[in-house]
Amino acid sequence: MTLSTEAIFTLTAVVVFCLGLYGLIASAHLVRKIMAINIMGSAVFLLFGSIARRNMLEQSDPVPQAMVITGIVVAVAATAFALTLARRIHAETGTTQLPEERGSE
Amino acid sequence: MSDSLVWSIVLPIIGSVGVFAIQTRHTPLIGCLFSLGTAVIVASVTYRVWRDGPLTHELAGWGAPLGIDLYADGLSAFMLASNGLVGLLISAAAFWYFQGGQPDKGDEVPNSQSFWPLWLFLWGSLNLAYLSSDAFNLYIAVELIGLAGVGLIVITGSTDSFIAAMRYLLVALLGSLSYLFGVALLYGEFHTLDIRLIAEHAGQVEGGLTMWAALALISVGLMVKTALFPLHFWLPPAHSSAAAPVSAILSALVVKATFYLMLRLWFGVFSEQMTVPFGQLFGVLGTCAIVGGSVQAILQRRLKMMVAYSTVAHIGYLFLLVPLTIPFRNGNDATWDFVGYSGGMYHLLSHALAKSAMFLAAGIAIASMGSDRLRHLRGMAQQLPLTTFAFGLAGVCLMGLPPSGGFVAKWFMVNAALDSGQWWWAIVLLLGGLLTTVYVFLVLRYAFLAPQPPHFTAPSRPLEVITLLLALLSLAIGLRAVEAFDLLEHGTPFLDATMEGGDP
Repeated sequence: MTLSTEAIFTLTAVVVFCLGLYGLIASAHLVRKIMAINIMGSAVFLLFGSIARRNMLEQSDPVPQAMVITGIVVAVAATAFALTLARRIHAETGTTQLPEERGSE
Repeated sequence: MSDSLVWSIVLPIIGSVGVFAIQTRHTPLIGCLFSLGTAVIVASVTYRVWRDGPLTHELAGWGAPLGIDLYADGLSAFMLASNGLVGLLISAAAFWYFQGGQPDKGDEVPNSQSFWPLWLFLWGSLNLAYLSSDAFNLYIAVELIGLAGVGLIVITGSTDSFIAAMRYLLVALLGSLSYLFGVALLYGEFHTLDIRLIAEHAGQVEGGLTMWAALALISVGLMVKTALFPLHFWLPPAHSSAAAPVSAILSALVVKATFYLMLRLWFGVFSEQMTVPFGQLFGVLGTCAIVGGSVQAILQRRLKMMVAYSTVAHIGYLFLLVPLTIPFRNGNDATWDFVGYSGGMYHLLSHALAKSAMFLAAGIAIASMGSDRLRHLRGMAQQLPLTTFAFGLAGVCLMGLPPSGGFVAKWFMVNAALDSGQWWWAIVLLLGGLLTTVYVFLVLRYAFLAPQPPHFTAPSRPLEVITLLLALLSLAIGLRAVEAFDLLEHGTPFLDATMEGGDP
């Protein structure tokens, strides 16, 4: 049995999502956490892409693509905000980690 | 005229952009006026739903499945109205809080110039969440609520608030991405995003596994944002480090929005998956939240942390609604599921009123007594009689003593538990009330001790009065609940479900 292209993309999305989740939990550095969130976001966008293809085989479905564009806009805004907060935390406390994760270092 | 649905979202956002772009010293006043306008529109929407039943509005004339629909049924209107009532009073409180220059201990005066745009924006996003009938649009609403909420926490400018806000932001983004993953799966299955269209076709799809995966992702994502035990770790620091009106907004309104989304999706889209084990699972999680949150609240030595943990516990009550609305025994044609549902929703409203009163009272006490520690609250009853009274009344409502709104809610939920043969949830409900009593009395005990020579600063009188008003309202809604239950009947999934006979 061979996997269809769409199935491969869907599975990839699941794997990438889990990698991002792992990064979010396992890394202590705030910038790494923010990047992990972005990786999870990319996984969701990839899933939308594969769904766009699966729904209409002639040409791809534009609705998921519109959602991806909107999702990217939201992700950019959220990332900018998160990075600003991380910078501010660094300026105030001199560290780039949340207090509960500092003990393990 | 379904335009008022649109205006209840657009007006606060116009206000938000307006007060952000044009900052004058009248910003607080303008912010209050926009709050009043929003509350009036929301009240008119609620009244029309109550009188005529569900309203629909097709944005720009493009209906679902291609366009986005706004839809207000009893549940939406109930949420809109609770939000409007509590939001308006918190706006008034914020007007006096920031004007009186009441800094929380150790911090500089919170920046009210950034409070008003963020709060109005948050209110608009909340209304969007309650009215939108499109799963992706709900994602946008959830994301906007999260971003505005995080922004509101950091306006105090304290280091603690930055750390709490960062944690909240990461959790909020994780939650909404998990939700979005679930939405993608739903779109793959149904080729539409409209919740009502999906609900119509939910029985016909074969992808049971996909539906369960989507349900799990959406539920976990929203649970994280609702701070349901054991995913509540971010809530107490975030809610307790914010300025008092912001704590009130977050605890009373924001966590309820994601709970509403869960209800909407569970009983609309995932009605096939609402099985008895699912309900019992959420009952157990709710029980853990009630017990864990209350015990943590009792152990706290700081007033705002205690009130924040109390929110964790009371979110648990909301989730007891789930087992009380899923048909537990076959062939049961009683309407206990609607009773349990309205009890849960009434708890949501009374908790919103009582908890905002409690957080405002805590803010006043901390500012006036100069400390956040419980043992520094000695003599509070003598020096802040109004505030202590408000705190006590809010406590009565949270404990669920008559004649408060909390009592009505608990009465209905206990009845539903007994009628459906699930007596164990009744025990949990009563035990939770007992635990609430313990931590409310811990505060009151200190309040009534002989005063220590304090650094006392007189609070702003109107702020005290508004806080007392919120507390009194949380009692007053216990006197008459018929209209609220009539409202909830419009478009409810529960009364219909019982007609079909409980399928297991």
